[in-house]
Amino acid sequence: MAEKLTFALVSPERELFHGEVDQVVVPGTEGEFGVLPDHAPLMSTIKPGALRIMNGADERRIFVNGGFADVTPDGLTVLAEDAVDLAEVDSAKLEQDIKDFEEDVRDAKDDAHKTQAERALARAQAMKAALMR
Amino acid sequence: MPSLKEFRNRIASVKSTQKITKAMQMVAAAKLKRAQGAAEAARPYAERMASVIANLSSSVQGEGAPKLLRGTGEDGVHLVVVATSERGLCGGFNTQIVRAAREKIAALLAEGKTVKILTAGKKGRDQLRRLYAAQMVGHIDLSGYRTIDASAAQLIGDKVREMFDADEFDVAHLVFSQFRSVISQIPTVRQLIPAVAPQGAEPPDLKGAAYIYEPGEAEILDALLPRYVDGQILQALLENQAGFYGAQMSAMDNATRNAGDLIQKLTLRYNRQRQANITKELIEIISGAEAL
Repeated sequence: MAEKLTFALVSPERELFHGEVDQVVVPGTEGEFGVLPDHAPLMSTIKPGALRIMNGADERRIFVNGGFADVTPDGLTVLAEDAVDLAEVDSAKLEQDIKDFEEDVRDAKDDAHKTQAERALARAQAMKAALMR
Repeated sequence: MPSLKEFRNRIASVKSTQKITKAMQMVAAAKLKRAQGAAEAARPYAERMASVIANLSSSVQGEGAPKLLRGTGEDGVHLVVVATSERGLCGGFNTQIVRAAREKIAALLAEGKTVKILTAGKKGRDQLRRLYAAQMVGHIDLSGYRTIDASAAQLIGDKVREMFDADEFDVAHLVFSQFRSVISQIPTVRQLIPAVAPQGAEPPDLKGAAYIYEPGEAEILDALLPRYVDGQILQALLENQAGFYGAQMSAMDNATRNAGDLIQKLTLRYNRQRQANITKELIEIISGAEAL
């Protein structure tokens, strides 16, 4: 396959990935979908999960915590809330984090802290689910 | 005329002040670089988001549009979100933002609107509290954040949306300082809600094909708009942060220079005084010798 897909992964804070790849599999809210070069224009919301970037024999799995995918003739853009490379995630540490966050949710003094802790917990759990597969 | 010892003490104290301002200037310069980088890194997201919004809002309009985009249909209650810095020692940076906010508030009040003020950043709160204590509805404490990130923006965004959902205001404005350069920050007022589709953002050229929306356009816009608001707040906070360090840097540069001038003047006076003392002593000795 000669043609490549221009793919950009951006979070509110910075651009995480920009380059030419073969295929990207996006965890859309209505199911996973793969994007190849010359895909039809598409806009979809993303649920927390693993985004797979395939380039030749290479496959990178990146955890995205919700966001948007926008496919145009120019390529694919994923606007992610936040994103973490799954290869860099340590499963033991993640387990610990989940326990910590669970504790935070229980010990939260007021609503603001509680929502914050719950958000962090949901993120860690989704990351774990993505890692397991 | 103060004694020589007093001069020496003053020179020493100004010198140590100069050391502090010099150090602060260098710290601010380093942090400015990082803040500028952060503001720049956040730009692609904002740009893409803007083009997506421009694209979507042109196709979803009228009654079906989400409330964040179309507003409440009224224009009576305005929320002014004033973002300033948590700390001072930055020249007129915060005063400039507060002045822009005050002008906006005064204009709104003159039109007979109800104004509510939400502040983020301690300095703005302190300055506005004196004038508009009755209009202040809340304050968001960002002092816990050493660097601004998306969660800080979310904190403000959540609060603003919560108030909007409770029908506490019709229009929201955000006052912050746009970063132009180290010596120039421009206080800016931007409308936050109802969300305005950015100007100049072109919908992408689809080469004749139509977009597939998954789920529907309205749902996507519904999910996208809160993030767009957050994104705008984040951009404002990052610009503010860069501007703050820029202003602090030039303020500290001035302070260092002033301290230098002061040291020079004091040293001159110190030396004069010293010479006068020596001359006086000599005269005493000589006239003493002559008298013999």
